[in-house]
Amino acid sequence: MAITATKGQTGLTGNSAVAYAMKQINPDVCAAYPITPSTQVVEDFSSYVADGAVTTELVTVESEHSAMSACIGAAAAGARVMTATSSQGLALMWEMLYIASGMRLPIVLCNVNRALSAPINIHCDHSDSMGARDSGWVQLYAETVQEAYDNMFMAVRIAEHQKVLLPIMTCLDGFITSHAIENISLLEDQEVRQFIGEYRPATSLLDTDHPVTMGAMTLPEVYMEFKHQQSEAMKRAKDAALEVMADFGKRFGREYGLFETYRLEDAETAIVILNSAAGTTKVAIDELRKQGKKVGLLRPRLFRPFPWREMADALKGKKAVAVLDRADSMNAFGGPVFNEVRSALYDLDNRPKMINRIYGLGGRDYKVKDAISVFDELAKIAETGKIETLVKYITL
Amino acid sequence: MENYLEVRWHGRAQQGVVTAAKVLGEACLRSGKFVQAFPEFGPERMGAPVRAYNRISDEPIRLHCQVTDPSLVLIADPTLISTVNVTEGVPDDAIFIINTNKSPEEMRKELKVEGRKGIKVFTLDAAAISLETLGRNIPNTPLLGALAKATGFITLEALVDNFKENYSKKFSPKVVEGNVEAMNRGYNEVKG
Repeated sequence: MAITATKGQTGLTGNSAVAYAMKQINPDVCAAYPITPSTQVVEDFSSYVADGAVTTELVTVESEHSAMSACIGAAAAGARVMTATSSQGLALMWEMLYIASGMRLPIVLCNVNRALSAPINIHCDHSDSMGARDSGWVQLYAETVQEAYDNMFMAVRIAEHQKVLLPIMTCLDGFITSHAIENISLLEDQEVRQFIGEYRPATSLLDTDHPVTMGAMTLPEVYMEFKHQQSEAMKRAKDAALEVMADFGKRFGREYGLFETYRLEDAETAIVILNSAAGTTKVAIDELRKQGKKVGLLRPRLFRPFPWREMADALKGKKAVAVLDRADSMNAFGGPVFNEVRSALYDLDNRPKMINRIYGLGGRDYKVKDAISVFDELAKIAETGKIETLVKYITL
Repeated sequence: MENYLEVRWHGRAQQGVVTAAKVLGEACLRSGKFVQAFPEFGPERMGAPVRAYNRISDEPIRLHCQVTDPSLVLIADPTLISTVNVTEGVPDDAIFIINTNKSPEEMRKELKVEGRKGIKVFTLDAAAISLETLGRNIPNTPLLGALAKATGFITLEALVDNFKENYSKKFSPKVVEGNVEAMNRGYNEVKG
């Protein structure tokens, strides 16, 4: 894709920005099987490989299951490994996702969020990555093309952090972010190289002087110790993420946290929402603030590990909070983000009243007026203290 | 609400409206604006109605919903007017730019906006221009030239410079020149 520069800014789609980040990272191995809407990531990156712009070994495989299998093999051999997928592709990787995290391989996967079949749908929702939330992968989410690009570099550092060593999934909204050209500032190759550093794997199957066994059979006397270590590593990923984000902000001037808050401090009611829809919600917030309504937003960025303590701290004292999920857990008790945020707030002395609204499935549009009507509902709940419907589909 | 220019492109698959939105976005970005350019994807087949959109602003753009009330609508294929609701959501001061050999007055009737005096309608025979400059019916670049003339929010020079800079690698010099000529003619031949 052509890159148009003005005032240090260029115009790229989310997919091309991610592919450009991968070019700058220059991983040792990329194994991928393209799928809509992340196709362009692999397409652009394979051009970089063909043009000799990277030294990556690109493994074209026959399925996503094989893509993740090849990533695991290469990562176990000590390579820095990346891939990209969406929806059914991530679903087909399922079995291997757990193997990647169980073997503590710091693979970076860009997931361009798309709905799951059936019925078949190529558009955005978060069912794919939310389904993988228990697979032991760190998860980072992005609102804009710029953030999707920046997350790629932070992802490498978090995954490879010596106290973490876990695979990481960076998520951006299919079509809405992946196919939209937006303004973006790109880093210099040199800046990227200095930020991510050289990859020194903790172990390598190819290092025959220090032989290791990976992914072997374990019986009840040790399996649980492995899982405990994995769980502890996931806990440490939060501090690692904070450290990496702080370094990124210091070097490049773009500040990121575990989550983003917008006009939240003095807000009485708030919406918690992921990715691109947060931008639309911010516009609604500015409108309502003009009318004197104290409303705010919390946008999770790091969803795994879930920064529950910090989130509870940010939302304490609010009268009413709506969590908007772009995926349903099909548990008849709310979407995945809702259940976690609500659980995080349980220990607060003054818990906000909370509701869950499922929106935007399969690419259904979420407009400023949708956010405003949620805030209207929150205002009523704040006033009366009564919740009529805990969980409800909106944008129907 | 925030101050945006919202643009909707109507065309048929293969007429280049997705590329047109992209080129417009890039050219505006070059002029120091914040932009979005995005297509609406459906079943992909040649000739199917396609829409693409732009948002252009002096401020960073946070909206990520669809464009529903565009003040600027470009129509690459006039036969869409009878099959797609091209006037959907447009405000009373909207601008239409249509690829047709008919006059703005005739198109005003076809659009059924005779009563809405604030709406401006511009026409140009982008198909003929495209056939003469490129040898193919790709009406998007003449429409871009017409847009510069009709709205003035982007200059013809910015469109041409951006195109030359960004597409010289992708296309042969002949195709680049043909497109630049198509933009110039679109600028000079638009009526309304």
